[in-house]
Amino acid sequence: MKNRKLALSGLEPLIVSKESNFVNVGERTNVTGSRKFLRLVREGNYDEALSIARDQVEGGAQILDVNMDEGMIDGKEAMVTFLNLIAAEPDICRIPIMIDSSKWEIIEAGLKCVQGKGVVNSISLKEGEEVFIERAKTIRNYGAAVIVMAFDEEGQADSYQRRIDICKRSYDVLVEKVGFPCNDIIFDPNIFPVGTGMEEHRRNAIDFFEATKWIKENLPGALVSGGVSNVSFSFRGNDRVREAIHASFLYHAINHGMDMGIVNPAMLEVYDEIPAELLERVEDVLLDRRDDATERLLEYAESLIDTGGKKVKQEEDWRSDPVEKRLSHSLIKGITDYIDIDIEEARQKIESPLQVIEGPLMDGMNIVGDLFGSGKMFLPQVVKSARVMKKAVAYLIPYIEEEKRRTKVVSKATRVLMATVKGDVHDIGKNIVGVVLSCNNFEVIDMGVMVPTEKILDAAEEHKVDVIGLSGLITPSLDEMVTVAKEMDKRGMTVPLLIGGATTSRIHTAVKIDPEYSGAVIHVLDASRSVPVVSELVSSPEKQAIAKSRYKEECLQLRNDHQKRVKAKDYISLEAARENKFKTNWESVKTVKPRFIERRIEEPSVEVLRKYIDWTPFFSTWMLKGKFPDIFENKVVGVQARQLYDDAQKMLDLFSDEGIVKAKGVTRFFKAGSTNRDEVVLFDEEGKEFERLQFIRQQGRKAEKLPNICLSDFIAPIESNKEDYIGMFAVTAGLGLDGLLEKYEKDHDDYNSIMAKALADRLAEAFAEYLHEKVRREIWGYANEEALDNKQLIKEEYVGIRPAPGYPACPDHTEKGKIFDILKGEEIGIVLTESYAMYPQASVSGYYFSHPNSKYFTTGKISKDQIEDYAERKNYSIEKTEKWLAPVLAYEPK
Amino acid sequence: MRVNDLIKERILVLDGAMGTMIQRYKLEEEDFRKGHFENHDKPLKGNNDILVLTRPDVIKEIHEEYLKAGADIIETNTFSSTTIAQKDYGLEGYVDKINFEAARIAKEVADKYTKANPEKPRFVAGSIGPTNMAASISPDVNNPGYRSVTFDDLKTAYKDQAKSLIEGGADLLLVETVFDTLNAKAALFGIRELFDEIGCEYPVMISGTITDASGRTLSGQTTEAFLISIGHFPLLSVGLNCALGAKQLHPYLKILDKDAPFYTSAHPNAGLPNEFGEYDQTPDQMGKEIEGFLQEGLLNIIGGCCGTTPDHIKVISELASKYKPRNKDVDEE
Repeated sequence: MKNRKLALSGLEPLIVSKESNFVNVGERTNVTGSRKFLRLVREGNYDEALSIARDQVEGGAQILDVNMDEGMIDGKEAMVTFLNLIAAEPDICRIPIMIDSSKWEIIEAGLKCVQGKGVVNSISLKEGEEVFIERAKTIRNYGAAVIVMAFDEEGQADSYQRRIDICKRSYDVLVEKVGFPCNDIIFDPNIFPVGTGMEEHRRNAIDFFEATKWIKENLPGALVSGGVSNVSFSFRGNDRVREAIHASFLYHAINHGMDMGIVNPAMLEVYDEIPAELLERVEDVLLDRRDDATERLLEYAESLIDTGGKKVKQEEDWRSDPVEKRLSHSLIKGITDYIDIDIEEARQKIESPLQVIEGPLMDGMNIVGDLFGSGKMFLPQVVKSARVMKKAVAYLIPYIEEEKRRTKVVSKATRVLMATVKGDVHDIGKNIVGVVLSCNNFEVIDMGVMVPTEKILDAAEEHKVDVIGLSGLITPSLDEMVTVAKEMDKRGMTVPLLIGGATTSRIHTAVKIDPEYSGAVIHVLDASRSVPVVSELVSSPEKQAIAKSRYKEECLQLRNDHQKRVKAKDYISLEAARENKFKTNWESVKTVKPRFIERRIEEPSVEVLRKYIDWTPFFSTWMLKGKFPDIFENKVVGVQARQLYDDAQKMLDLFSDEGIVKAKGVTRFFKAGSTNRDEVVLFDEEGKEFERLQFIRQQGRKAEKLPNICLSDFIAPIESNKEDYIGMFAVTAGLGLDGLLEKYEKDHDDYNSIMAKALADRLAEAFAEYLHEKVRREIWGYANEEALDNKQLIKEEYVGIRPAPGYPACPDHTEKGKIFDILKGEEIGIVLTESYAMYPQASVSGYYFSHPNSKYFTTGKISKDQIEDYAERKNYSIEKTEKWLAPVLAYEPK
Repeated sequence: MRVNDLIKERILVLDGAMGTMIQRYKLEEEDFRKGHFENHDKPLKGNNDILVLTRPDVIKEIHEEYLKAGADIIETNTFSSTTIAQKDYGLEGYVDKINFEAARIAKEVADKYTKANPEKPRFVAGSIGPTNMAASISPDVNNPGYRSVTFDDLKTAYKDQAKSLIEGGADLLLVETVFDTLNAKAALFGIRELFDEIGCEYPVMISGTITDASGRTLSGQTTEAFLISIGHFPLLSVGLNCALGAKQLHPYLKILDKDAPFYTSAHPNAGLPNEFGEYDQTPDQMGKEIEGFLQEGLLNIIGGCCGTTPDHIKVISELASKYKPRNKDVDEE
C-alpha cells in the first residue's frame, strides 16, 4: 500500500502491481451478460445465483463483477440483496466486489454493502464534469476504486485519439480537482467487436491496444481494464472461435499494458493451444492484417460448427466420492446444491434417517468444529456449514416423522430456547447445538444473538420452554449469563439452564452462575453433549429432580475444589463475615409450623423407593461412564450397562419380594431461632432452650453483593420474634443387608456383594429424596396445598434444603451426634461410629431448612478467628476443633 | 504543540481501560441515575457512558489517574454513546449531551495537566465504539441477507457523536474496536461529512479488533484487507486493540508496520482472559511483551484496553520513553 499500486480487498487483500499478472474479473454474476443469472435473480432463486458467484471464484476470478441493470427487476434492491448474501459467503466475498451499474443510485446502494475496498464500474464525463467530480468524491468517501469509461459529453470514444483525449481529461480532473489517488483509477477504453464486416470496425482492437499503451505511459499509476467478451460479439454461437479470439485479444492487450478485464474463464482458450491456423486467422482480424481477414475467419468458423463448439464441462471431482464423503465436503464447503440428492442417497443406504444425521452429517460437523477450533475455518464459514446441516435435516424430517409413526415412538416435543446473550454476536456454538437438538426432535426456539435478559426470559415464559440454553463467546458474556441466572431466580423460574460457548467453563458455571439460580445449571462442553443432557432434564419429574440435585451437587463439588485453591489472603474476619451475612426480610417470609412436629418413623417399601433411584452414579460405581438411560446406547459400554441394569433389577426384586432389605427413617422438628453467633437454638414445647446447633460461616472474600453465608442465616433470628422451625432426619436402606452380604461373601460372589451394597446406597439416597419430598408436602407441609395436586407445581415447589453435617455447608461431623441423640437413631437401626460415620453405610442424615431462598453452598476455608469462636461455642479445645475441622482450615494449625 | 507534530518525535501513550476502573467504584443503580435519570423506566446500571453526567467526579478521577500515570492521550468515556448503542437503555435522546460532557470533562482534566507541565501536552481522543450492531453480518443464521442496521443509520449516528465530541473539546477522534469494517467505513463517511460541514479537520485514529485464532476481524477480514478497506481516509493512525493480549497482537502489528501509510497504534488487553473472564496480566508482564514491539519500532502510539489500569499505563509510559517511534515513511522498496 505504501508502494504505488492498486490495493483492493474483500475479506482478503488483492494487490495489483506492475509485477502482478492480469487480474481476472468474474462476469457471470451480471444480468446483462448471463441469461441464467438474470433468470435466477428474477425468480428470487438467490441460492443458485450464489452458486454462480462461487463458481466464478473457484474458477479463478480475482474480482467479482455484479450487475443488476435489467428493466424487469428492481436493480437497486437486487444489488443490495445479492451483495448482502455474498457478504455471508466467505469463499465468495474473500475477493473484492466490482459494483457494476449505469445507474448511480444502484452504485451507491451497493457501496453501502461492502466492507472491503471494491471497484465502481463505472463513471464517466458523459453527464459533464460537475456530476463526474461529485460522484468521484463520493466513491472516494466510500473507499472504493473506480473504473472510468472513455465517454464524454459527446459520446463514447471510438477512435484512438478520442480514447486518449477523454482518458487524459478524466485523469486530470480526478487527480487535480478531486484528489483521487491515481492508483485507484482504472480506465476502460472501450472494447468493441471485431469481424463485423464493417469498415469502421476494422481497427477496433488495435485502437484499444494502442490507447492502453498510451495510458500506461502517460497517466502515472492509472490502470486499464475492459470487458473482453464484447470483442467476439459477431461470432456468437461459435464458442471455439470466441475462445480463441478472447485468448488472442488478451494476449495482445496484456502485452500493451492491460491490467485487468472482465473475462469468462470458461470461455477462454490457452493462447499456446490455439491451433496455428485458427490463431493466424484470428490475429489477422484483431490486428487488421488483411482485407479479407474477416471472411477467412468466418469461413473457418463455419467449418467448425459441424464438429460442435468445444465445451469442456468442468467436472467436479468430489462428486465421484462415496456419499458420506460428499456430505462431509458439502458441509465443510457450505455447499447446498447437492444436499438433497446426497441426503436421499444416504437415506437409502443407511437404515434409519436419524442415523444419517448421527452418522455422516455429525461426522462432517465434527470436522467443521475441529477446523474452526484450530483456526483453519473462520466464523462465517461455520455459519454456512450450519445452514447446510439445517437443509439436510429439513429433508430428513418427514422420514423421521414417518419412522416415528411406524415405530410408535410417541414423544411430546420438548421446547428448548436458545440465545446468545446481550452484547455478543457469536452464535455458532448455539446454532450447532440448536441443529443437533432439532435433529433429535426437540423443538428449538432460537432467539438469535445479542438478546437482552428480559427478552430471553419473557420468551421462555411465553413459550413455556423446558430448557433454556445460553451461549456466548466473548468474555463479558460470562457476566451476562450470571445476570440471566439471577433474573431467572428472581422470576421464580425452575427450568434447567444450559451454558455453552467458547469462554464458558465448568468451573465458571459452578462458581459464578450456579449459585445464582436455584434450578439446575449445566455447562455443556460441546454440541454432542447437549442431547443426552437435555433428554435427561426433560424426562419424568422425579428423574428431573434427581438430575437437578446431581448437577447441583457437581457444581457444589467444583466450587468446593475451587475454594480450596483460593489463597489465604482472600479471607475476611469473622466479624466482617457476620456483618455480610445472608440477609432476609423476615417480615416477607411465611414460615410454616410442621404438621407432624414430633418424632416420626417412616418405613417405605423398596418398591416405592426404587422409582426414586438415580442410576447414573450407580453406573459410575461400576466404572461405566455415561448417563442413564443413554448409557445403553453407548457403543463401548452399552451392552455391559444393560446387563448390569438387568441384574440390578433382579437384585431389587429380591430386596423387595423377599423383604430381605428394609428401609427405615425418622424425622423431627423444632421451633428454632438463630443467634448472632451462627447458632440455631432449638426450643421445646414450653419454649425452653432444648439444644444449640453450631454452624460454620463462609469467610472467603466475596464479590460485590455476595453474602458470606451460614446455614443459621436461613433460620429467623430469636430477636425477630418470628416463629421459625428446623427439622432433622436420618434414613437407612441397609437394614437386613448384612445377612445377604454374608451369604454372598461365603459364596465368594463379589459381583452380587458389590451389587447389593451399591444398590443399598442408591436406595438410601432415593429414600432421602423421597422423604424430603414427603416432608415438603405432608410432614412439614410448607409446600402449599394446591401445589400438592399438581405435578407440575410440585416440581417447581422444590423449596428447601437438606444439608448433612460433614458436607460442604456444615462441615463439622460432630454435630451429627446431636441429630442422632435427638432422633434416637439407634432405634431405627443406625449407629454412629466414634468418627461420626453412620452404620449401616447405606444411610443419610441431615437438617431440613424451609427458607424459600435456602440453598446448598460450600463454607470454604475458614480462619483462626472462627475456629477460636467455634471452639468456645462447642466448648472444645482449639486443638480438638482444629482436628474436626481440619479439611476447612485456611491456615496450618500448630 | 499539536499531536501531529508530537507524534513525529516520540511514542505517544494512550490511556488504559475505563470499565475496569469504573468497576472499582462499585457503583450502584442510583449512581447511574443521579441528577438526571431518577425516573427513567429502564435499569441503567452498567451503562458506563452516562456516568459523565451522573458521576462526573468518578470519570474525572479516572482520567486524572491515567494522566498521572503518563498518558499523553486520554479517551473520552463514550465507547457506547451513539444513538444506536444507547437505544437498549432508552437513552438515545441523550447522546449529544453525553458526548459533549464527556469531551468537556476530559479536556478540563487534560488541560490541567498540560498547564502544570507544558513540556508534556495532553490530548483528548473522542472514543467512537463499534455500536452493538453489525452492518455486514446477519444476526439471523436462517436469513444471511438480513441486516439489523444500515450503513446510513450508522453513518448518521457516528457523525452526530463525532460532532458532539468535537464541540465538547476533543482534540482527535478514535474509531475503535472495529469488528465489522463496514461499520468503520460508515463512521469515516460520517466524519468526512462532518469535517466538510464544519470546514475543519481533526486527526482521526482507527483501531480494529482481531477476534479469533484465524487472525481475522469478526466480519472475516484479514489485517491487510482491513487496512486496505479503511485506507481511503487520511488517518493519523491505524492500529489494533482489544480481544487479544500484546503477545497475540504481535504478528498483526508487524503487518500494519509493513503496509500502513499512517502512524500505527496498539492498545492490547492485559493478556487473555482467564476462565472467569478476568484479565490478570500484571503491569510488568504486559510491559515485557510490549517492550518487544517498541524495540522493533512497530508503533507510534501505545496504550491499553480491557483489564489495563493506571499501573499498566505507568509501566508502558516508562517503556515508551525509552524507544524511538516507528518511522512510517521508510519504504520497503
